[in-house]
Amino acid sequence: MSTYHTPLYRDTPLILSVSGVTKAFDGFKAIDDLNFYLEEGELRTIIGPNGAGKSTFMDIITGRTRPDVGSVTMHEKDGRDYNLAKLREFEINRRGIGRKFQTPSIYKSHTVYDNLILSLNKKRGVFATLFYRESREDRERIMEVLKTVRLDTRANDLAGMLSHGQKQWLEIGMLLAQDPRLLLIDEPAAGMSDEETERTGELLMSLENKHSLIVIEHDMEFIRQIARKVTVLHQGHVLKEGSFESVKADPEVIQVYLGRQGKRAENN
Amino acid sequence: MAPGRAVPDALSQSRRLIAQAKVMKFSTEMKKEMGILCLVTGLLMLIPLFNAVGPESGPLSVSAFQVSLWGKYLTYAVLAMSLNLLWGYTGLLCLCQSLFFALGGYAMGMYLMLMIGERGAYKSVLPDFMVFLGYQKLPLHWEPFYNFAFTVAAVLWVPGLLAFVFGFLAFRSRIKGVYFSILTQALTYAACLMFFRNDFTFGGNNGFTDFKDILGCNINSDATIRGLFIATTALMVCTYLITSGLLASKLGKVQQAIRDSENRVLFSGYSTTSFKLMIFVLSAMIAGAAGALYVPQVGGINPSAMEAAKSLEVVVWVAVGGRGTKWGPVIGAILVNFIKSYTTHAFPDYWLIIMGGMFVCVVLFMPDGIVGVFKQAKSYFARQRSLETTAA
Repeated sequence: MSTYHTPLYRDTPLILSVSGVTKAFDGFKAIDDLNFYLEEGELRTIIGPNGAGKSTFMDIITGRTRPDVGSVTMHEKDGRDYNLAKLREFEINRRGIGRKFQTPSIYKSHTVYDNLILSLNKKRGVFATLFYRESREDRERIMEVLKTVRLDTRANDLAGMLSHGQKQWLEIGMLLAQDPRLLLIDEPAAGMSDEETERTGELLMSLENKHSLIVIEHDMEFIRQIARKVTVLHQGHVLKEGSFESVKADPEVIQVYLGRQGKRAENN
Repeated sequence: MAPGRAVPDALSQSRRLIAQAKVMKFSTEMKKEMGILCLVTGLLMLIPLFNAVGPESGPLSVSAFQVSLWGKYLTYAVLAMSLNLLWGYTGLLCLCQSLFFALGGYAMGMYLMLMIGERGAYKSVLPDFMVFLGYQKLPLHWEPFYNFAFTVAAVLWVPGLLAFVFGFLAFRSRIKGVYFSILTQALTYAACLMFFRNDFTFGGNNGFTDFKDILGCNINSDATIRGLFIATTALMVCTYLITSGLLASKLGKVQQAIRDSENRVLFSGYSTTSFKLMIFVLSAMIAGAAGALYVPQVGGINPSAMEAAKSLEVVVWVAVGGRGTKWGPVIGAILVNFIKSYTTHAFPDYWLIIMGGMFVCVVLFMPDGIVGVFKQAKSYFARQRSLETTAA
């Protein structure tokens, strides 16, 4: 029942449009006729029960999976549109979409500093990297990012030695070093202490307006802290969209998401 | 000075100091590394030197056999270095390194076979096995191997091309980890079966042997043997310099980043396929060059050089010496082969058991190989010392 939605987004402040996207794995529709629009500079939180299609949704935007039907379009400021469904992961990344994975993925045998060097928005071909020389601007940019993610004192330590929370921040720092237009962040607070979670929230909120952000999260406290507009995914499509309070009060959302947690609590 | 300006000044100064410290640390490390490299090269050069001007007998005498034996070890060391580039630094466990090695060896072998000329058993311009198999004239693809320059090029481009085509297909299809290893092993096995066939024009199971000349010099003369040994040392030094040059560059960092977290690299805008492909081709070419120097020093090559088990042996060398370290593969290759030479002579039946035992011990107790043991010991003593100081 996937209907094609006519794109209407020219001259709108949108950065990303996902229209009518369906993706099935062996007949199971992980994403089912999904429509999602994100404005430039917006911080959007996506919630949903397990299996709602959140990670698949990110896979589709970043080119890891191709949609069966529908379009994924990124809008440049100059009015050009890019069909992300046709680009490969690294090409999409070069267009300015950065992704943070659920489990921290950093280069553990490199120093924190080198982790960021590799993430700078430079030419990333084989020969460009072979003849790359570190410039003063690069160094300053890295120090700036290190300060933002509060790792400036750890610059020369091996990334593998960092604590879990610091690894998560380093990965966010690696995204920032790329200076992306859109950041996709998958469960940044997973495994963090309360204090770390709060600092992460502050960090994300400070990025709002400078970058567009999509944050997937489970932790309700954290969502309360950062949420502006919340999108609830359920069975691969958007169930509700709105402010945290309105979504939280919505009976349907309570039914599928909070209700489920309640049920789980009963079972335990 | 105005207090407002003091802060940024101090900041920029500290930054400059950090940058300077980095440069200095880098250059002292570089000096140390180059020093070790020169020392090793110097020590190796003693082998041909003692062969040329040393005494005839006694502990300092070095026979031509020993020179070529050590030459063989060095070609193995280069082979191990080429695998280390892939396995140690890029995380690709490649099991077709012996195939690239053998291809380089076969290319050199073709040249050496043609250089025999009419001095073979059948007194024909054709290599002996061709006469034996009833060839009337030289197959077309053998013709260019009369030319030494073409041979040298083929030693590099044949393995390089194979690695390029195979790597392109494998990496583009996102074949990773153990699946990549299995595929490379299958490739080696297929090639090995092909080279065993008589109608493949490469001498079947007997391969090439009974060489006479290389570049007009008698291949069995002491001077040629010394020359080949020096060439092998030069190849090893080159390989070392290429490896450390790569590692010092950003490309080397990308390489190791692929090993640690390929997805992160991909989602940082790097086409990991191109990087892996480039390293794979480079490593194949180095292995090919090592094979080309192996053949004249050993005096022959046959398809058993590319058996699947040979590639696994290379993995053992690298693991024993220290995977992902610059000297580890060299130490591992020489040590394991030295033990092999000894045991296959002293207890011929137990060599495979000993090698298996070594591998198991390394995996269990020395995750970073022999080179890692030094580091392990260092950190152990450092820990002991810090315990003592805190106790006192």
